[in-house]
Amino acid sequence: MEIKVLGPGCVSCFKMEELARTAVRELDIEARIEKITDIGQIAMHGILSTPGLMVNGKIKHSGKPLPSLEMVKELIKGEA
Amino acid sequence: MLKQFADYITYALLKLEPTSHLGDALNFFIYDTLKIFLLLTTIVYAVAIIRAYFPPEKTKRMLSHKREYIGNAMAALLGIVTPFCSCSAVPLFIGFVEAGVPLGVTFSFLISSPMVNEIALIMLWGLFGWKIALIYTGTGVVLAIVSGIIIGKLKMEKYVQDYVWEIKAGAGEIVQTTFREKLVYARDYTTELLKRIWPYVVIGIALGGIVHGYIPTDFVVKYAGRDNPLAVLVAVLIGVPLYSNAAGMIPVVQALVGKGMAMGTVLAFMMSVTAISFPEAVILKNVLKMRLIYTFFGIVAIGIVIVGYLFNAIL
Repeated sequence: MEIKVLGPGCVSCFKMEELARTAVRELDIEARIEKITDIGQIAMHGILSTPGLMVNGKIKHSGKPLPSLEMVKELIKGEA
Repeated sequence: MLKQFADYITYALLKLEPTSHLGDALNFFIYDTLKIFLLLTTIVYAVAIIRAYFPPEKTKRMLSHKREYIGNAMAALLGIVTPFCSCSAVPLFIGFVEAGVPLGVTFSFLISSPMVNEIALIMLWGLFGWKIALIYTGTGVVLAIVSGIIIGKLKMEKYVQDYVWEIKAGAGEIVQTTFREKLVYARDYTTELLKRIWPYVVIGIALGGIVHGYIPTDFVVKYAGRDNPLAVLVAVLIGVPLYSNAAGMIPVVQALVGKGMAMGTVLAFMMSVTAISFPEAVILKNVLKMRLIYTFFGIVAIGIVIVGYLFNAIL
């Protein structure tokens, strides 16, 4: 599974990355987590508000407020 | 009911004299704080539910390849309901431009979205009444439409950073959410917002109390009254750097109005606080060349000054 966290480096972008990592760990699944910080790259993925979360190429969340850990797990499980 | 509660705390519980300076100020503070937080919690929650129906992706799609005028009007109106954070201004800008939203239309959105926001509206409504809140919304939307049209007419596409035009984004599918998820979003949105702004609100109301009790009326009338032609200009100059503290500024401004500050000056000040800011300029530098940033800020600032003089003349 491929997970992307997209954000230029704001506080909530780091939190989003943490959430994704924790979710993957707690779900105990194989996933590659990639952090995308380049603003052009972020836009190219179709994310309009940061932070964004993509799972297997699909936008699962974008913008604030951040989803809860439970929600992130749901989003990731939905693609597993 | 809030009034009784504030009276109870100050006069019965703390046994302060209603005629004393401190009693009056504290009563004021408790009443205003309760009122504002009650309004903030309920209305922000309601607005957040509406916002959940207008994610930026949907707005982008609605504005794509719209013609000027109609596009500018739609963008300014959608700016009210689409959630926006200046931290996301860059991906949003690229996404809009890439999707074929004309530059001027994009600017109408970028101006209206931060300016006509629910916090400013609630604070204005709670402290100045619904008429002022409505005037603020109306002029904000008109300003966004007109500024966007002017920027569109100036044909400034060449002052957008070149790489922006080369980006080809994916479709950016809309994340579908159920009503239940929208309620969760609204709850989280409200909690996060209140957590972020409550200190500003409390400090603002306290400062307002101090102004109310201690700053002489002659002083305010002389410098911020309608007879000082420079007041609007100075208010806009002060307002630009005071980014994102609209919630804290309004109670102070309200106290100043009580002392004779003119209403047009107030509106101009509020608009300059919310519409343009230095941090936003720094962020926008990623996608715009300086010339376009200056033009954008210049047009909006001139517009705000005109709004200020206009309402000082008619209100």
